[in-house]
Amino acid sequence: MTENATRNGDSGLDAKPNVPALEVLEIHKSYCGQAVLRGVSMRAHDGEVIAILGSSGSGKSTFLRCINFLEVPESGAVRVGGEEVRVRRRKTGGHAVDQKQINRLRARIGFVFQSFNLWPHRSVLGNIIEAPVHVLGLPRAEAVARAEALLDKVGMADRRDLYPNQLSGGQRQRAAIARALAMEPDVILFDEPTSALDPELVGEVLGVIRRLADEGRTMLIVTHEIGFAREVSDRTLFLHEGRVEEEGPSGRMFARPDSDRLRRFLASHLN
Amino acid sequence: MDVALMVDSLPRLARGMLTTFELVALSGVAGVLLAVPVALARVSRRAWVRAVPLGYIFFLRGTPLLVQIFLVYYGLGQFETVRESFLWPVLREAYWCAIIAFSLNTSAYTAEILRGAIQAVPPGEVEAARALGMPRAMAMRRIVLPRAVRMALPAYGNEVILMLKGSALASTITLLDLTGAARTIIAKTYKPLEIFLAAGVLYLLMTFVIVRLVRWAERRLAPPAGSRS
Ligand SMILES: Nc1ncnc2c1ncn2[C@@H]1O[C@H](COP(=O)(O)OP(=O)(O)OP(=O)(O)O)[C@@H](O)[C@H]1O
Ligand SMILES: [Mg+2]
Repeated sequence: MTENATRNGDSGLDAKPNVPALEVLEIHKSYCGQAVLRGVSMRAHDGEVIAILGSSGSGKSTFLRCINFLEVPESGAVRVGGEEVRVRRRKTGGHAVDQKQINRLRARIGFVFQSFNLWPHRSVLGNIIEAPVHVLGLPRAEAVARAEALLDKVGMADRRDLYPNQLSGGQRQRAAIARALAMEPDVILFDEPTSALDPELVGEVLGVIRRLADEGRTMLIVTHEIGFAREVSDRTLFLHEGRVEEEGPSGRMFARPDSDRLRRFLASHLN
Repeated sequence: MDVALMVDSLPRLARGMLTTFELVALSGVAGVLLAVPVALARVSRRAWVRAVPLGYIFFLRGTPLLVQIFLVYYGLGQFETVRESFLWPVLREAYWCAIIAFSLNTSAYTAEILRGAIQAVPPGEVEAARALGMPRAMAMRRIVLPRAVRMALPAYGNEVILMLKGSALASTITLLDLTGAARTIIAKTYKPLEIFLAAGVLYLLMTFVIVRLVRWAERRLAPPAGSRS
């Protein structure tokens, strides 16, 4: 955790406040000729929490998935901690990216899915230590110690040996968050982390995310929980039909939206 | 019904059973070893890699096992290069010919079972692995294959049972497997009913053991039953 404090620029001499933790440049993505993202850019500074809002089909998930290249955009670039991955145009017409570089990038970007995507044949602990041991090359004992600290943090210390099918939805998502955190990522992306949960389980997951925000983690959160977004985020990005319709400090965006679309979106979601 | 004969024949039938067991076990292991690369090729991203094992699978599933056994046993010896190669002492033996034919045959079916299971692994679980920075091969080895093997087990158990029964064809190339042993006893005693009945019971016994083994493996590998969900 000390390492994080320095990285987040709270105290360290090596803090570089002018280099964003995450920078996304001009992402274009289309499916079957249908443009879904039309040049979306954003940057997140260390410790910033950014809410991404937009109506269904506006491209929020696609945008998050382009950031860690689960979808390969047609063009654009992503920079994390000074490393840049740029989409090159292949002579044959396709789009090329350097797989090794992408794997390095992904190890630094945590991703939390709407549907958890835990591995059912692995215990909670097994899910969490898998990537630290095999991707980062962490000694097993160290990975286990890290996992236990994280399980404690997400309130699942007593669940480490259970399997995903023995957990409630909220517990599964908290385990999935611990799995992402175990890589000590620079940035964490959340794609509607509570949308698959029963209403009474939403709170426990939001609680964990709120604590991460308080810790100063850099996060991008796609969510339909508007109240939560307003409370937890520093800035908000409002997507509409694959473009950034409006962007700014969350306080201002929620209080005085510039665009009609955002105003209508907020009105329809706040009640 | 000559029960005494049935009992008298038991030792020889048991020896045949042992041969049957060897044939099935060795071919089973070799078949799985062959099936993994074939299945991996079948789920490759590259179309040409996917196409490579198509002929292999098409031929082995599309022709009778008996024809395959004959092709290996009688066919290979037709080639001078085979007869002169260092493998000839092995390829001359009916025993190894049967194992080669069974291994190839079961590998094609097993590969298709495994391919289906690999493709049935929920894409989200693969994405989770990739999103953590796992290279494609590592995700396959660490997440997808272990998942697929668990899903493939019931179908694979079926394949082993089919292989066990198919192994009776080994008797057509002089092997004294369970069926072969039964046939030689019948040739001397002219009591097909008793002997085949006894052999049938022994096959049933083996099937039963296989079913139990597969079920045990399924339980061993399955995560504990969910108390929720
Ligand atoms: N794999 C795909 N193939 C084809 N079209 C896709 C694919 N994924 C997304 N789309 C399309 O891209 C558009 C944006 O989808 P996306 O999932 O990014 O929206 P979203 O903002 O996350 O919506 P929601 O709030 O419903 O999750 C939609 O019109 C969708 O139909
Ligand atoms: Mg979405």
